[in-house]
Amino acid sequence: MKFLKLAAVGAALIAASTVAQAGATFDSVKKKGFVQCGTNTGLAGFGAPDSKGVWSGLDIDMCKAFAAAMFGDPTKFKVTPLTAQQRFTALQSGEVDVLVRNTTQTMTRDTSLGLIGVAVNFYDSQGIMVRKDSGIKSAKELNGATICVQPGTTTELNLADWFRANKLSFKPVVIEKLDEVVGAFVAGRCDAYTTDKSGLASSRSSQAKPELYEILPENFSKEPLGPLVRQGDEQWLNLVRWSFNAMVEAEEYGITQKNLDDMLKSTNPNVQRILGVTPGMGKNLGVDEKWAYNIIKAVGNYGESFERNIGKNTPLRLERGLNEQWTKGGIMYAWPIR
Amino acid sequence: MLNIKPTAVAQAPKKRLSWNNPEVRAIVYQVLAVALVVGAGWYLVHNTLHNLSVRNINTGFDFLTREAGFAIGEGMISFTPADTYQRAITVGVLNTLRVALLGILFATILGTIIGIARLSKNWLVRTVCSVYVEVMRNIPLLLQLFFWYVILIETMPGPRRAYHPMPGVFVSNRGIQMPTVHGDGLTWLLVGLALAVVLCLVLRRWARRRQEQTGQVFALGRVAIALLLLTPTLAWWLSGAQLSLDVPELKGFNFAGGMTLTPEFAALLFGLVIYTSAFIAEVVRSGIQSVHRGQWEAAGALGIKNSLVLRLVVLPQALRVIIPPMTSQYLNITKNSSLAVAIGYPDLVSVINTTLNQTGQAIEGILMIMAAYLTVSLSISVFMNWYNKRIALVER
Repeated sequence: MKFLKLAAVGAALIAASTVAQAGATFDSVKKKGFVQCGTNTGLAGFGAPDSKGVWSGLDIDMCKAFAAAMFGDPTKFKVTPLTAQQRFTALQSGEVDVLVRNTTQTMTRDTSLGLIGVAVNFYDSQGIMVRKDSGIKSAKELNGATICVQPGTTTELNLADWFRANKLSFKPVVIEKLDEVVGAFVAGRCDAYTTDKSGLASSRSSQAKPELYEILPENFSKEPLGPLVRQGDEQWLNLVRWSFNAMVEAEEYGITQKNLDDMLKSTNPNVQRILGVTPGMGKNLGVDEKWAYNIIKAVGNYGESFERNIGKNTPLRLERGLNEQWTKGGIMYAWPIR
Repeated sequence: MLNIKPTAVAQAPKKRLSWNNPEVRAIVYQVLAVALVVGAGWYLVHNTLHNLSVRNINTGFDFLTREAGFAIGEGMISFTPADTYQRAITVGVLNTLRVALLGILFATILGTIIGIARLSKNWLVRTVCSVYVEVMRNIPLLLQLFFWYVILIETMPGPRRAYHPMPGVFVSNRGIQMPTVHGDGLTWLLVGLALAVVLCLVLRRWARRRQEQTGQVFALGRVAIALLLLTPTLAWWLSGAQLSLDVPELKGFNFAGGMTLTPEFAALLFGLVIYTSAFIAEVVRSGIQSVHRGQWEAAGALGIKNSLVLRLVVLPQALRVIIPPMTSQYLNITKNSSLAVAIGYPDLVSVINTTLNQTGQAIEGILMIMAAYLTVSLSISVFMNWYNKRIALVER
């Protein structure tokens, strides 16, 4: 009889395990009551914990926005810090619901990993940083240099591509952890350190003497960074995509954290739709009508989030550049909420 | 001729297909056990494949022939980003083997010396070795690797201010640069060396036989050293003495020419050797102590000097105790070399990690890592088991 029981349990296991996962993320997030957010292990300005363990940054604001849209409460998210190598597996396996970890959107990632890029919350490009006293002014002078780089990133590939295209040689030193790789560069093991320019600015800002390092003008690549979700749950994808669009569109229409409640009285039909004064959008998304109101109340519009985390008055001192609104010369162009 | 009737067999009770028959029960149990194991394996594979396809994740090993696109810092064969993933992984395997084999070699030498020295009559030598063993084997290897790596890159000067202890050798935070030898003469040098080794082996056989027959001892060691030095030199000289040195030179950012011992490789090798030699020292010490005191005393009574007693009487007996735990230590070195990832040495794990991240094919990558380590470890095991059998006590 024992065997029969065992066999029955085995059969049940097989049956249970192959149940389709489609459409499950949105419901499971709602059920468990918080968003599990995959983030960087600590990149100042984008996603890093402070001395009290409270996470903040441009990417963390996205997590807060999802939580605010879903539950009306920006604190209902949990952070899973992931290395470059862990991140896709963590999202594929369902360990996290959304990956907001300054990840580049590429065709391979969209088509072969079972994941899908949702939006671009930071337009970046790959750059290279050297010590100022090396006297190097252009990346083309780096022939034969030793270059520190993190593994498993598009950075590693772009670096090889760029040097190949320019018929230059280099020696990579590949170290997985951000602290270690930056440490090796600072110690002089490498002549240069390469990653996305935002990352370079972030690493430089956390050095004791940031003025010792210089970011060279060359751009090795385009790096559209943004959140990714698993394929197969469009409702969840929509929530992530439109939470972001709401932040960008809010900036375009001048809705800020401060004037939010005054804006409720606005006669602009666009503003009324965003803030849920004209109902319908929230219902279609499967959440409260005040979803966008809650997002902006929690983290402000995109511009506010940018300035607070990585803007001119932060240690990173990044210009808006490409990330400026399309109406002001940038390419941040929100899909209309209508 | 004996005449025994097979009555006992004929009269045995007929086997019945019943639950009460222990043989039948045993077979049923075994069939069920096998079915359970196979079933579980099939379930895991099937379930994985199913879930991967449901989630639109690619599977298979097709990616191996695609262009890798990333660069690798060092390797024993040339590699450019235009090469395939297959070649990248080969570079990784060779890097792992290189550090593992050198690690085994040096850890054995260092460990044996320290193990023997721990039994020294000299208080200072004994104590220093004890402290070494206790400190080194009680600090986690990963910490030691970080320590050596940081020491190497933080305390060494940059390439422009590299230490220059002797002509052609530079020590900097980019590693240790050494000249290499090349040219036609090198081939002859190697041929001469091979010849010398063969000659030494033949000589040893002859010397042993002569000693068995006549009791006369032949000074093999001195003759062997002379042979090993003279034959290659002679071969090289006869071939026309063509040999050139490739001396490293500072060119731009780095040294060009010669060979490089990178800080990553050096830190990993240092760490592995120092950590494991502490364990090997203990293995050797316990092996020596397992040989009864009487053996020392008996050999001493015959007038054999101490160093010879150790080499001819004690160590051969101690080896029987030493080899099995030594095998485990060798396997540990091989497996621990995967900690290379932490300090940026491009070993198998590091290269496959990058590969699986670029291609997204984690399961295939991990399977390849496991298969590679299993192959290497089993090979070491097979060799050591063979050696163990060879030196085992033959009882009569």
